[in-house]
Amino acid sequence: MSKAGHILHLALATAFAIGMTNSASAQGTIKIGELNSYKLQPQFLDPYKKGWEMAVDEINAKGGVLGKKLEVISRDDGGNPGDAVRVAEELVTREGVTMIAGTFLSHIGLAVTNFAGQKKVFFLAAEPLTDKITWQNGNRYTFRLRPSTYMQVAMLIPDAVAAKKKRWALVYPNFEYGQSAAENFKTLLKKAQPDVEFVTEQAPPLGKVDAGAVVQALDDAKPDGIFNVLFGADLAKFVREGNTRGAFKNRTVVSLLTGEPEYLDPLKDESPVGWIVTGYPWDKIKTPAHNAFVDAYKKKYNDYPRLGSIVGYVTLKSLAAGISKAGSTDTEKMVAAFRGLKVDTPLGGIVYRASDHQGTMGAYVGKIALEGGKGTMVNFKYIDGASVLPSDAEVKKLRPAAD
Amino acid sequence: MTLSAFLFQALNGLSAASGLFFIAVGLSLIFGVTRIVNIAHGSLYMLGTYIAYSFATKIGGAIGFWGGIVATAILVGVFGALIEIVLLRRIYRSPELFQLLATFALVLVINDATLWIWGSEDLLGPRAPGLRDAVEVLDRRLPTYDLFLIVIGPAVLLVLHLGLARTRFGRLVRAATQDREMVGALGVNQAMLFTAVFALGSALAGLGGALQVAREPANLATDLVAIGDAFVVVVVGGMGSITGAYLAAVIIAEVKAICIAVGVVDFGYFTVNFSKLTLVAEFLVMAVVLIARPYGLLGRAQGQVRSIAEPEDPIRPATPALKMLAAVAFALLLGLPLLAQSSPYMLILGIDVLIAVLFATSLHFIMGPGGMHSFGHAAYFGLGAYGAALLVKWLAAPMGLALAAAPLVALAGALLFGWFAVRLSGVYLAMLTLAFAQIVWAAVFQWEYLTGGSNGVVGVWPTAPFDTRVSYYLLTLTLAAIGVLMLRRFLFAPFGYAMRAGRDSALRAEAIGIDVKRVHWLGFAIAGGVCGVAGGLFAFAKGSISPETIGVGRSIDGLVMVLLGGIQTLTGPIVGASVFATLQDTVMRQTEYWRALLGGIILLLVLAFPGGIVGALEKFFSRWKTAS
Repeated sequence: MSKAGHILHLALATAFAIGMTNSASAQGTIKIGELNSYKLQPQFLDPYKKGWEMAVDEINAKGGVLGKKLEVISRDDGGNPGDAVRVAEELVTREGVTMIAGTFLSHIGLAVTNFAGQKKVFFLAAEPLTDKITWQNGNRYTFRLRPSTYMQVAMLIPDAVAAKKKRWALVYPNFEYGQSAAENFKTLLKKAQPDVEFVTEQAPPLGKVDAGAVVQALDDAKPDGIFNVLFGADLAKFVREGNTRGAFKNRTVVSLLTGEPEYLDPLKDESPVGWIVTGYPWDKIKTPAHNAFVDAYKKKYNDYPRLGSIVGYVTLKSLAAGISKAGSTDTEKMVAAFRGLKVDTPLGGIVYRASDHQGTMGAYVGKIALEGGKGTMVNFKYIDGASVLPSDAEVKKLRPAAD
Repeated sequence: MTLSAFLFQALNGLSAASGLFFIAVGLSLIFGVTRIVNIAHGSLYMLGTYIAYSFATKIGGAIGFWGGIVATAILVGVFGALIEIVLLRRIYRSPELFQLLATFALVLVINDATLWIWGSEDLLGPRAPGLRDAVEVLDRRLPTYDLFLIVIGPAVLLVLHLGLARTRFGRLVRAATQDREMVGALGVNQAMLFTAVFALGSALAGLGGALQVAREPANLATDLVAIGDAFVVVVVGGMGSITGAYLAAVIIAEVKAICIAVGVVDFGYFTVNFSKLTLVAEFLVMAVVLIARPYGLLGRAQGQVRSIAEPEDPIRPATPALKMLAAVAFALLLGLPLLAQSSPYMLILGIDVLIAVLFATSLHFIMGPGGMHSFGHAAYFGLGAYGAALLVKWLAAPMGLALAAAPLVALAGALLFGWFAVRLSGVYLAMLTLAFAQIVWAAVFQWEYLTGGSNGVVGVWPTAPFDTRVSYYLLTLTLAAIGVLMLRRFLFAPFGYAMRAGRDSALRAEAIGIDVKRVHWLGFAIAGGVCGVAGGLFAFAKGSISPETIGVGRSIDGLVMVLLGGIQTLTGPIVGASVFATLQDTVMRQTEYWRALLGGIILLLVLAFPGGIVGALEKFFSRWKTAS
């Protein structure tokens, strides 16, 4: 071993440990930090990214906000909470952003929520669904756009009750989102229909469902209704096995998120006809606001919007509206502005509630049908998020730590 | 549950077993002959599903589907041969396990290439022509495709078995599995043999992936799921044994099917949802099998591999120049907060790098000088992190106490798991540590009441006086420096010499009175304890800890850092961790395809520095010195 060798590798180690220098911040723009699990959940987040890019272009084409252009600095959060917190810190300290937005998975959203509360950074959680972001672990600096797990489940309950089925089986991915969806479903259905009976529960690991065995176990429990929370690749496996094995015949299936194009479109002719789902039938919503959005999106990307596109688009529109109302990017002013902030979206007007910082964006509830060899939603209606949220007084009890 | 339901679930298990068998058998063959831990095997499997999807939808019909499956197997086989010829062949002479680094880079590159070619949407293939429906068995409907899978698994097993038993190629493969050096000495063209085996193994992975096209959508997460399953099946069955692989696949698939079939059971006082056990079932099976049968069900003790890598230099105490340099480096790092006034992010990155350094150094302690390749070092990181975080959450412990508890919890875990692990060696030891890490992960994931489940523990922030970035950075720096120096001190104590003696020749070490198992066990525990400090520091640095952070990914990152720096040097892990952590942070914000970029850079480093960065530089300079 030579001295020269040592000198060189120690020098190398030092150089790398010291790291990179920071970049100069551009003048005259409002910087927004954005982070998401782009590599982990590409099927949802590709359209999401297109959505917010379109919003930024629209806003900047009209001269920006407060006379300044918006600049979004977007990062991959590495798909785990540790990296996500580092990325968030990097955005704040190195890039000098005044607010952050994004995240997809519940635990990452929650870690960034906690970071925002600790470091007093404004955070708009775009996509993560866990109730804890706005309730148990909610804080002053965090707002959330999408309807939470509780809200999505509550939207489906009236249809589940109307089906008048006594024996229900549940299947959900074994992590926070699936577990809390199942809990919410059981609690809410029991309240609305006291004689209900839950005959079995299957909780396969996320992304690793043993579809044949799971379908069979559900079938063997002879339920009248099935509540499904699987999504993505798990859903596709589950649906194909269930169709082949006839497990959905003469049964009511109520399913979360299945009507979202991200998860429905890959099923093609396998789409489970008759399932009652939450989703986004983009080609059948004919309001002027939505038409304008779809036309602009198609023109820009030569592709149709998914739900992710809406979420990304509205996230940035919300931030712009908030900054405009606050008259500055100061964190405390942003918090004050977002409380009760009204935003026009392609799905209609929404409000960020002052009581729990939850956006009232809703979802479409309808039945899956096959049209031209592709899955779509029929008999759907838009359910406003505000209509399924608990009252301000109840929410106050759910948010012990937040002010 | 009725008997017929039970039997029917057993049938489901058999069809799942065929799937597992296809994932694993190629890996088993490749490892048996070449001793390469091919992490990219899952990526080849994933490619199989994507390529078969393209055949089935672009050409369509029975020809597109069935012909496509065969064509896919061939294509993936050719691709595997290319990987072997272009990449792996260049690094056979590197230290053991170094090839793992190259295949890790391939995983990153292949995943991004797949995203680029096929896009982000999940792609569900058509049902199999001719096998679209189901048949009635035991009053239930079994898809005919499942029946086909139940048959095709054993059929391929039979063909492979006959091929290995009856043909000349098969004899060579078996001979090379037992003693590849002797096969070379007898004049067999090893390069050809390795390429052929790699191609065959890859083709089997491609075939396995292609056969799933009718059952599950092609998606970008398959590679990691498949590689995890593949390792478990191969190890449970016994490395290099294809019959063992099938047997293991059947056992694991049946255990899972039964867990699912049993479902929710009410034990009066509490209810257990057995379907949740599928999360960890295979790792429980693996741990039990490895403890009872150290070489897997049908495996044999590995033939001594006389390493073709160059022998390792003995380690030497630091020269005065090195000590000076270390002092300068430490002083520079101490001064970083001054530099960081204009760019505070340097401190945040600095904390992450230092934690990575401590993590990698503790892993290197057992991997390098200890010769124990732990594939589950994240377990001790996690125990430390959760130990600290849970003390804060449940007992509102002050930060000092929580940080002090971190190494103790990790030490306790390492003492327990290490006791079992040191009884094995080589890749079986590696896999048992992986199994333990997965069990820790699953316990943390499942025990929701205590650990917060998949959300983890949030709100673990440092308290005064460490609540500023500068002070927390200095704390991390101090603890990391103490940890690294302590481990180094151990290596130059008699204990360290005993540990290396046990690695180099267990027999001779025993003969001079060293209790090798005991020394290695203690070494394992020390490494675990130091790693726990890294975990505790991490939890406070991020304010939270969750199962994701302590999963297989972190274990693999640790391996990558150690190998990248150079496993045969003491400064290697420090350099490797610094390079990897900084590189990842930098690359992640460069491009949408950052994984491919990171993989590409690692591939370049692998080819430029066989033996790791420090290892290669040392060799270069010692040659330069002798030449001049």
